[in-house]
Amino acid sequence: MSYDATFRVWRGDAAGGDLQTFTVPVNEGEVVLDVVHRLQATQAGDLAVRWNCKAGKCGSCSAEVNGRPRLMCMTRMSTFGEDETVTITPLRTFPVVRDLVTDVSFNYDKAAQIPPFTPRARDADGNHRMQQVDVERPQEFRKCIECWLCQDTCHVIRDHEDNKRAFAGPRFLIRLAELDMHPLDVVDRKHAAQDEFGLGYCNITKCCSEVCPEGIHLTDNGIIPLKERVVDRRYDPLTWLGSKIGRRPRR
Amino acid sequence: MTTTAPRGTGAVTPGNGNGGHPPRRATIAARTLRTDRWWLQPLLTVVALVAFIVYSTVRAFQNAYYFSEPYISPFYSPCITTACEGDTFPEWFTGPAWISPAIYILVVPLGFRLTCYYYRKAYYRSFWLSPPACAVAEPHRRYTGETRFPLIAQNVHRYFFYLGLLFNVVLTYDAVLAFRDETGAWGHMGLGTLVLLANAALLWLYSLSCHSCRHIVGGRLNSFSRHPLRYRFWTVVSRLNTRHMQFAWISLAGVAFADLYVLLLATGTISDLRFF
Amino acid sequence: MELERHEYDVVVVGAGGAGLRAAIAAHEAGARTAVVCKSLLGKAHTVMAEGGIAAAMANAYPEDNWRVHFRDTMRGGKMLNHWRMAQLHAQEAPDRVRELEDWGALFDRTPDGLISQRDFGGHRYARLAHVGDRTGLELIRTLQQRTVALGIDVYMECTVTRLLTGRGAGAADDAADGVGVTGAFGYWRESGRFVAWQAPSVVLATGGIGKSYKVTSNSWEYTGDGHSLALQAGATLVNMEFVQFHPTGMVWPPSVRGILVTESVRGDGGVLKNSAGNRFMFDYIPDFFRKETAETEDEADRWYDDKKNNRRPPELLPRDEVARAINSEVKAGRGTPHGGVFLDIASRRPADYIRKRLPSMYHQFKELAEVDITAEAMEVGPTCHYVMGGVEVDPDDEAARVPGLFAAGEVAGGMHGSNRLGGNSLSDLLVFGRRAGLAAAEHARGRVDRAPLPDEALADAARAALAPFEREGGENPYTVQQDLQQTMHDLVGIIRTAPEMEQALERIAALKERVANLSVEGHRQYNPGWHLALDLPHMLRVSECIARAALERQESRGGHTRDDHPTPDAEWARTNLVCSLAPDGSVALTRQPLPQMPPELAEIFEESA
Repeated sequence: MSYDATFRVWRGDAAGGDLQTFTVPVNEGEVVLDVVHRLQATQAGDLAVRWNCKAGKCGSCSAEVNGRPRLMCMTRMSTFGEDETVTITPLRTFPVVRDLVTDVSFNYDKAAQIPPFTPRARDADGNHRMQQVDVERPQEFRKCIECWLCQDTCHVIRDHEDNKRAFAGPRFLIRLAELDMHPLDVVDRKHAAQDEFGLGYCNITKCCSEVCPEGIHLTDNGIIPLKERVVDRRYDPLTWLGSKIGRRPRR
Repeated sequence: MTTTAPRGTGAVTPGNGNGGHPPRRATIAARTLRTDRWWLQPLLTVVALVAFIVYSTVRAFQNAYYFSEPYISPFYSPCITTACEGDTFPEWFTGPAWISPAIYILVVPLGFRLTCYYYRKAYYRSFWLSPPACAVAEPHRRYTGETRFPLIAQNVHRYFFYLGLLFNVVLTYDAVLAFRDETGAWGHMGLGTLVLLANAALLWLYSLSCHSCRHIVGGRLNSFSRHPLRYRFWTVVSRLNTRHMQFAWISLAGVAFADLYVLLLATGTISDLRFF
Repeated sequence: MELERHEYDVVVVGAGGAGLRAAIAAHEAGARTAVVCKSLLGKAHTVMAEGGIAAAMANAYPEDNWRVHFRDTMRGGKMLNHWRMAQLHAQEAPDRVRELEDWGALFDRTPDGLISQRDFGGHRYARLAHVGDRTGLELIRTLQQRTVALGIDVYMECTVTRLLTGRGAGAADDAADGVGVTGAFGYWRESGRFVAWQAPSVVLATGGIGKSYKVTSNSWEYTGDGHSLALQAGATLVNMEFVQFHPTGMVWPPSVRGILVTESVRGDGGVLKNSAGNRFMFDYIPDFFRKETAETEDEADRWYDDKKNNRRPPELLPRDEVARAINSEVKAGRGTPHGGVFLDIASRRPADYIRKRLPSMYHQFKELAEVDITAEAMEVGPTCHYVMGGVEVDPDDEAARVPGLFAAGEVAGGMHGSNRLGGNSLSDLLVFGRRAGLAAAEHARGRVDRAPLPDEALADAARAALAPFEREGGENPYTVQQDLQQTMHDLVGIIRTAPEMEQALERIAALKERVANLSVEGHRQYNPGWHLALDLPHMLRVSECIARAALERQESRGGHTRDDHPTPDAEWARTNLVCSLAPDGSVALTRQPLPQMPPELAEIFEESA
């Protein structure tokens, strides 16, 4: 039922750090975050870790477990062998604050740059009317818990710090897709998606979709459709011609 | 990608393409801490694609054994020169004899697959190592993705999709013609007929499950409720689209197999199994 | 002393639904507004809300209106609610939901395109606007994006440790001595550096107290710090004895014990069964709700499709009733192997329906318990979920007794009486968050001449915050927290008796001494041990309020069940208990008459009774 596991946890700050090894008891049904908390309570009171709900709903406890971006609260210990060393490191893409906590302000800066949602006017009776089939596509993206695992795993910024300026990351590309598909929104963000948020940097290698703890199909349902919508606007002469000779606007 | 210079081999830490650690990231020397066989997937992709490329290149330049009445290899269809074997469609012109008729048409299936959203993922990962696997550092100094020439041309995918549909029509026509016997009389079916039919069917599945197709049939709309028919199309294509990767591989194998079957018939290695 | 200083008109403490809604309202009213929150923006506990936002929009049932909602709320709270808050809440909730759509929220729809509404315990009609079972996420994301779009300053991962009060509030119109809120003091979690905000209005929106309990659906943030800060600043807390135990929390495996299983499981057809396979809730229908509750399983099952001619299943009684029933079944030995009861939707609804309606529950059980809820029953048991009690506020402007201090959301008291109905929390956040923000902005407008924060108060707050580093060889804060959680779980839990609560108060007193001698290792940079050491005094103060008030109230009502006083009492039905801080730092308790509702509202209960 209970056994002693070997954990390697990265400890340190911006000035430097290393992997430290701990031996810590693990009980049945536990997740990685339980074990990290046990480390905190018994061996390393000042071990820095960010967490909130511990139920996979808030997206705070993101880290890399055995090299893979994961929510620690949703990584069950039963997925590892009892003799397997579990290595936990902070998200690599962001500057480290301390131990497992990183400075994710990049994401909040990008969020603030997105042109905000702008609705059409309400119906005469004060309601907005939308059909379920029309809200379902953007609803998928609104499941996002902003754990930043997609941002962390995306090689465009993970491996190239200098791209952070030009590339908003998968989370915000699906935010743009969400707004573009939103039945009420009236702003066109397609040019901005390409020019300001770096849609073209995405080479659809789908790591964002692989790590998403909410199972959002970022690439297939968000980024690729957005790329296609940008093609409509910028690279497809036929669609361009169609829109010029007065076919009904596409809504 | 083409704009990123390979950096040689060896471990690199993420984000230090220009040497040294970027400011304030955690100092972790390992290129990845993944403990699984993350290199297996890209390796398999390389092996499979290289095998196909080698085979198809040889066959495309071979300019022989691509026709065995009533079957034509998909590599050579539509066969558009007068030099084509058999009475194929549509014999537009006569080219130099040393140019295989496959070369003229190669660009369409090649372009369709090269710009396909799935194949892009596959070869960016396995050939360009950009990235080799998720959370494994890529060995490139710079990266600009599909923002500039030539990769910005990936955006023409939908035109290859349109052309690919035309090819599917031709290949389906070829499969229908395979219901004729060697003399041109209808009412024949051999194993080759089934092979061509299966090939055409797989190509349709691959084409219709394409992301551009999904966009064109309905994805570009914001109000499905006002376009119920297109919503139905979109729903069907969306369902196919989730298997786009499988269709991409199976149809690729299907084309190669159909060609191989015609090759074996044409060289007399085997003879067609005839049902009626 | 190194100190970062800022000036605002309104500082909102907490970035959950209430805090963000207050900040939006204050900003739109023209106030320079800041939000200070302990976590990253968008992580607040509001994301955990699953079921929906209760609002009588009448999209599903045209018969629904604010009077019915008001009646349901008051009856759910066993008539101890502040009538005016319940009234405002029922009246304004529909507009607050509609305006979320103007900010980008995407609720599930009815066939004619309006916001779909779902059934929940204690609500006469289906009235919860929802998005699958992740409504809280939709709410927080919508408000977060609105906050960002408006450009409101947000201090993320920043903890307020003290509210500053004084005469420097520039008050011309306020209480004779001019004492009021002047600002707040806190630290950045990331760096441990101190920061002070000078502001004539502070809105508390800090949420609840659940982290003082061992089995809870609440996150670490729920330390009751807002309750405690208000007490320290001179405000009062009301109804603190009423703690809601949500009937359905996960019970297995141990590490997820307490995590919420949404009430929507029951609203969408799930039933509770004991180990003998009986739907035991039929044995626990109280007289108070007998007229509106089904008596047979057949009638209960028909209700899902035909609400007009059938009465509600007893599984959808208010939460206090269901939690007590589960508790009794387990105590009687009819529980599951892991000490809960079965919640079964698998045998009653098709797998597709379950996955569509309850995606996060499906996900949660699959990932955390390896249970497929479309194929087998869940094991559930009560979990500490919500505190009905909180800062005593004026119903119309959410002002606490200290000028310049406002409170909204879970940290405010009065709205829910002795028990909160599911879905009323999110609407509470929106309705009173907005009112608090508007009132805070208005209050700040009247304060033109603002004296700087006094240095000695700032230095004192800094000293107190650093004290745990000064001591060496003291106890580890994690142990103290575990002991407090065990105490509250064992002695001030779902069923209470006088001797146990007296024992709890003794233990709390002992824990206070231990907290005074804590020491922490490491340095100030992102140090969870230190953070916990600073949270513990809040947790103890609030726990003491709960235990004292619970000991005092000698009856059983809503979220307060006394084994030694098992029935409601007519005298207590007219009495509120109010906690304040005595000069020596201990909790003082006073009885206060319940505000009486005007006759035109009282009629609502007569006509439908």
